[in-house]
Amino acid sequence: MQEWANQLCENRQFGSKMTDSKYFTTTKKGEIFELKAELNSDKKEKKKEAVKKVIASMTVGKDVSALFPDVVNCMQTDNLELKKLVYLYLMNYAKSQPDMAIMAVNTFVKDCEDLNPLIRALAVRTMGCIRVDKITEYLCEPLRKCLKDEDPYVRKTAAVCVAKLHDINAQLVEDQGFLDTLKDLISDSNPMVVANAVAALSEIAESHPNSNLLDLNPQTINKLLTALNECTEWGQIFILDCLANYSPRDDRESQSICERVTPRLSHANSAVVLSAVKVLMKFMEMLPKDLDYYGTLLKKLAPPLVTLLSAEPELQYVALRNINLIVQRRPEILKHEMKVFFVKYNDPIYVKLEKLDIMIRLASQANIAQVLAELKEYATEVDVDFVRKAVRAIGRCAIKVEQSAERCVSTLLDLIQTKVNYVVQEAIVVIKDIFRKYPNKYESVIATLCEHLESLDEPEARAAMIWIVGEYAERIDNADELLESFLEGFHDESTQVQLQLLTAIVKLFLKKPTETQELVQQVLSLATQDSDNPDLRDRGYIYWRLLSTDPVAAKEVVLAEKPLISEETDLIEPTLLEELICHIGTLASVYHKPPSAFVEGSRGVQHKRLTSSAGSGESVESPDTGSAAVSEAPPTVIPSQGDLLGDLLNLDLTPPTSTGPPPTTAPGMQLGAMDLLGGGLDSLIGDESEPPPIPLRTDTPQSPQPPHQSPSPPHYSPTEVAPGNHTGSLGGDIGGSPAMGTGFGAPPAAMPASFNAPISGGLDDLFDLGGGGGLTMGTYIPPKSVWLPAMKAKGLEISGTFVRRSGVIQMEMTLNNKAMSVMSDFAIQFNRNSFGLAPAGPLQILTPISPNQSIEAALPLSTVGPVMKMEPLNNLQVAVKNNIDVFYFSCQYPISMLFLEDGKMERQVFLATWKDIPNENESQFQIKDCHLNSDAASNKLQGSNIFTIAKRTVEGQDMLYQSMKLTNGIWVLAELRVQAGNPNYTISLKCRAPEVSQCVFQNYETVLKN
Amino acid sequence: MIHSLFLINHAGDIFLEKHWKSVISRSVCDYFFEAKEKAVEPENVPPVLQTPHHYLISIYRDKLFFLSVVQTEVPPLFVIEFLHRVADTIQDYFGECSESLINDNVVTVYELLEEMLDNGFPLATESNVLKEMIRPPTILRSVVNTLTGSSNVGDKLPTGQLSSIPWRRAGVKYTNNEAYFDVIEEIDAIVDKSGMTVFAEIQGVIEASVRLTGMPDLSMTFMNPSLLDDVSFHPCVRFKRWESERALSFIPPDGNFTLMNYHVSSQNLVTIPVYVKQNICFFETGPCGRLDITIGPKQTMGKTVEALMVTIHMPKAVLSANLTATQGNYTYDLATKVLVWDIGKLNPQKLPNLRGSLSLQSGAPKPEDNPSLNIDLKIQQVAISGLKVSRLEMNGEKYKPFKGVKYLTKAGNFQVRT
Repeated sequence: MQEWANQLCENRQFGSKMTDSKYFTTTKKGEIFELKAELNSDKKEKKKEAVKKVIASMTVGKDVSALFPDVVNCMQTDNLELKKLVYLYLMNYAKSQPDMAIMAVNTFVKDCEDLNPLIRALAVRTMGCIRVDKITEYLCEPLRKCLKDEDPYVRKTAAVCVAKLHDINAQLVEDQGFLDTLKDLISDSNPMVVANAVAALSEIAESHPNSNLLDLNPQTINKLLTALNECTEWGQIFILDCLANYSPRDDRESQSICERVTPRLSHANSAVVLSAVKVLMKFMEMLPKDLDYYGTLLKKLAPPLVTLLSAEPELQYVALRNINLIVQRRPEILKHEMKVFFVKYNDPIYVKLEKLDIMIRLASQANIAQVLAELKEYATEVDVDFVRKAVRAIGRCAIKVEQSAERCVSTLLDLIQTKVNYVVQEAIVVIKDIFRKYPNKYESVIATLCEHLESLDEPEARAAMIWIVGEYAERIDNADELLESFLEGFHDESTQVQLQLLTAIVKLFLKKPTETQELVQQVLSLATQDSDNPDLRDRGYIYWRLLSTDPVAAKEVVLAEKPLISEETDLIEPTLLEELICHIGTLASVYHKPPSAFVEGSRGVQHKRLTSSAGSGESVESPDTGSAAVSEAPPTVIPSQGDLLGDLLNLDLTPPTSTGPPPTTAPGMQLGAMDLLGGGLDSLIGDESEPPPIPLRTDTPQSPQPPHQSPSPPHYSPTEVAPGNHTGSLGGDIGGSPAMGTGFGAPPAAMPASFNAPISGGLDDLFDLGGGGGLTMGTYIPPKSVWLPAMKAKGLEISGTFVRRSGVIQMEMTLNNKAMSVMSDFAIQFNRNSFGLAPAGPLQILTPISPNQSIEAALPLSTVGPVMKMEPLNNLQVAVKNNIDVFYFSCQYPISMLFLEDGKMERQVFLATWKDIPNENESQFQIKDCHLNSDAASNKLQGSNIFTIAKRTVEGQDMLYQSMKLTNGIWVLAELRVQAGNPNYTISLKCRAPEVSQCVFQNYETVLKN
Repeated sequence: MIHSLFLINHAGDIFLEKHWKSVISRSVCDYFFEAKEKAVEPENVPPVLQTPHHYLISIYRDKLFFLSVVQTEVPPLFVIEFLHRVADTIQDYFGECSESLINDNVVTVYELLEEMLDNGFPLATESNVLKEMIRPPTILRSVVNTLTGSSNVGDKLPTGQLSSIPWRRAGVKYTNNEAYFDVIEEIDAIVDKSGMTVFAEIQGVIEASVRLTGMPDLSMTFMNPSLLDDVSFHPCVRFKRWESERALSFIPPDGNFTLMNYHVSSQNLVTIPVYVKQNICFFETGPCGRLDITIGPKQTMGKTVEALMVTIHMPKAVLSANLTATQGNYTYDLATKVLVWDIGKLNPQKLPNLRGSLSLQSGAPKPEDNPSLNIDLKIQQVAISGLKVSRLEMNGEKYKPFKGVKYLTKAGNFQVRT
């Protein structure tokens, strides 16, 4: 009776507090202790409650691992809920208690034989989550049985378990033949099993990029398409993503796949829709454009994309990022849907910015009025970032749709009248771009712009305004006053503004020489004598020299007609776009970067490319033909300004074949100068061994004329000196790049010693040509770092670095005695290493080092020692002995130490080799935050024996093709892509021994950033 | 696939974490907190964030952040859809999705999460499958369970898991068989200063509440199916029938579900039910401004406009509002600068008007941005696009069910610019 009453009491207690929050109530008496007692209770109910309490603590991150044995003891139960709870606990803590976890194995094995499929599935599911090596091997047999279980629920769970096991121990999975079983499941009768098998295989395939795990052939494709209609929404995503990897044999097959995938566009799950869009976008390439079905398909793609925009903002964001790609590839799909991209004031900012971007891409003559009205509306919003982007967008519209330019300009003027500071500044920056696109059309607005001179406080806007004043100096009466007012605070301005100011005043001087002599003197002296910025100084000298030698030539150079800026320079490069289209719906598509660039663990991701149908006129230039163009005959069709100039840089002085604005006054000279930029000067400065080939094809006995055109909007003209890039092509080549800055000192009179170009007289006052040679170009030497701390070596501290000096690798060390006693009898030895580095002689430390003394030692190295592959590749293990003891340390040498001086490949050989090396050996990396332009980069790299073989410019992106040769004869080929204004470089490396790529990339990064 | 999930409250505390693979330290959320700090408003936190080793994909719902961590290339939409599904499930189970309710039911939530994903792959996300495995808590059941020692966890294989119709369980039984459908249309529109429609579209949805015994096979036809050229369906709808006959044919899930979403954007079909005459201006001199708003009916298809409400996000400089409304009440929230005018029913004979003065912070410059008006309204018994259901038939079962269709038009994102 009494007991019954007690129980009732207890129950009432449970009943009164029904929620799980009771599991959090802690008692003062040591929670763990109490839980332990409850877990060992005889009463089932009490046990379960105790396990629940444990789980509750676990979910909020409390450590309850101490209860492991007690919880595992509850595992043998018929109560499914209790079993599940214990399993939950096991999964979380098995890793930290591997020995204890073994206790659970038997139960798993037993449960895998249970009559109830739910229990069998639960067991196989939980097993895979126990990430303990010792246990995994016991699980193979039960897993094998479950993969062949009669119940599809168990099979589909087992399929996922294979992926889990693979994550823990890939070798085991392969040895046990589970991969084959998994492949067989693709033909399973149950669609859910098929979907899970596909999902598991896809995940496994990600870590084996080259294994042919998902071997897709027409039969398997058919099975997948059948399963597609019947499996869950998530399964559909897996299957669609897998289908996207298939390459149909012909257009008929692609059409039939498209037809079977199209119904997925009406699915309620947006991820299914987007994956279906991916498959269709990819397979559409195969279809002939004149096919009716092609048109039908295009029409079908628009509505689902529009629908995605009425979903939650997070989904909208991902959809918009993808639509941005789709619009670039196939603008026709959404050309009538402009309005759905109009911004609502309560859209999250990330959605607003994306919509704006797409609006500009879709802007055309037909809808420009609407778009402009909207943009003007946005320019009065609250969010500053958004307003700025809206103002820029107006400028982009003007440049894109010529008919609208006038309206855009008047809209911008209206906005300037609002006098909102950031709107005005932004408007002036874009108006500068409009002037570049439509010269001599809208200059009437200059007066209005000048009224706002004072309110400009951002460098970009100031630079833009100064550019305008300089460019149109002849029409502005008080141009000299305006520029003079800027000159007062010259040294407080940013580099961008300083460079602009210098150029603008020189322009002014050339236009109105009589009244501005003093001003130009002033700015030249400010730039050359008082500034420590090498770019500024060098540009100043060039102008000075030009002006003092031949003002007529100066006029032709500085005031040369500028090429018009191109329309859309922010488009994604076609090869990248193709690759991204193949990755619609993935993270890569959200970041607009190739997957290989950022996804961890997918080192060798194969680059996907669209395969288009033969004969379709739309095929996009592939990278191979791209690099071919570098060395072969000039292309007959010159597509755009940027390309034209880019080709000129590479192709030796082939005169332009089409129209275009290269200067008509002195073409020979101009072209000669361009070639100098491309390669002549590099060899001139960088490589003393070769006689400097100066391919000047001009009769003028001129020194190299920099083709300096006035600064221009940073993102529109690839070949010009962009204000955003500190080093213009000019400064970088002639000796102002920071890399070279290390080579010679700061005083303005000390010009590069190696500069021995033929210079006609009268300039000696500017250029001190005393020293004719000697200095090799600034090789980057990493600063010394501590290799062996004194703590670990009984007071001996060794710091050091590696240097390559005239072909000899040296290990430069500072040995510091921090102990109390004298050290002597030094000797050094290396362990075997990847490139056979070994001391070429004994360590020369002749005198003992007394306490607190430090000594420098240089050890020449050879590369003929024993070889063993190290991890990382450039790791070097060193033993140093002295009278006290032997010490060991390891250090990493920059791989550029191993680059030979004769690493410059012939162009033809480069091209052939590039093609010859299989694509799997290509790896791509990103170098972030690097602000050099391509020429400066090329110079810097040359200092480390990385040689630029060719350069090409496509749509504002410079591509440098480079080669280097390692001491063991391995060649590494590189393609470095530099986008003006974008601090992120992309580098692709190809090498027969791809394992060196990582090291080479790191080396690039350190060289470029220092 | 999806690696881990963190639930984070408004204040930035992690109150629940779940890992489907190895455990990832909470510190990974620091990147998210940084972005949250930067975004100021929680709505503006970017949904996809890149960290050195992980990707963080998050949604913001009901004042909670659902933050998932992924390590490999995963379709982000898949993750976002799944996170919304988690939120839906929690709401479905406990009535609302709030921190306190999740904490009260933490073990159930944890069990649910475990059922929803396996190794990051979705396992069971259909509400009816989940409910068979883990029963939603009710007070009665808890009492019964504690008395009998039985549990909330089903021990049978859920029937929906493997059949080709995973959304429906077998053996459903009702004494009253009923199938009700709500056709709900939301008008999204932007109207400019002069009253011109800049953009308008209708987001339609057919919500179903079906409680039918056995395995009924329903088909629904429309008077004017040509309206529907942009649709997305619940997986139960047979797409082939739709393509060929423009009829919705389906075996319904049990209970409440969304049968179909549709989207009407063709301009001539989207009518704007009300017009707004507004004038909000701020004076150059003196810290004040004036506001005058009148609303009148435009095209209401002969029905009354109800639950009319105007919301205005005022510029920061607006300190207070001194207004008179001819109908309804207005409130001005000083902290959020939101003016709400709750009008109620629109009387075409006597148009509601709100007018008066706004006072600005003294010394503050005249606000540059003009506030937009957000309009809320409801019109019963009509779908503004004109969509009408013509027949609803049931096959496969013998009984006669109760059937019904209701129509409702609402304002979605209806903005008037000033």
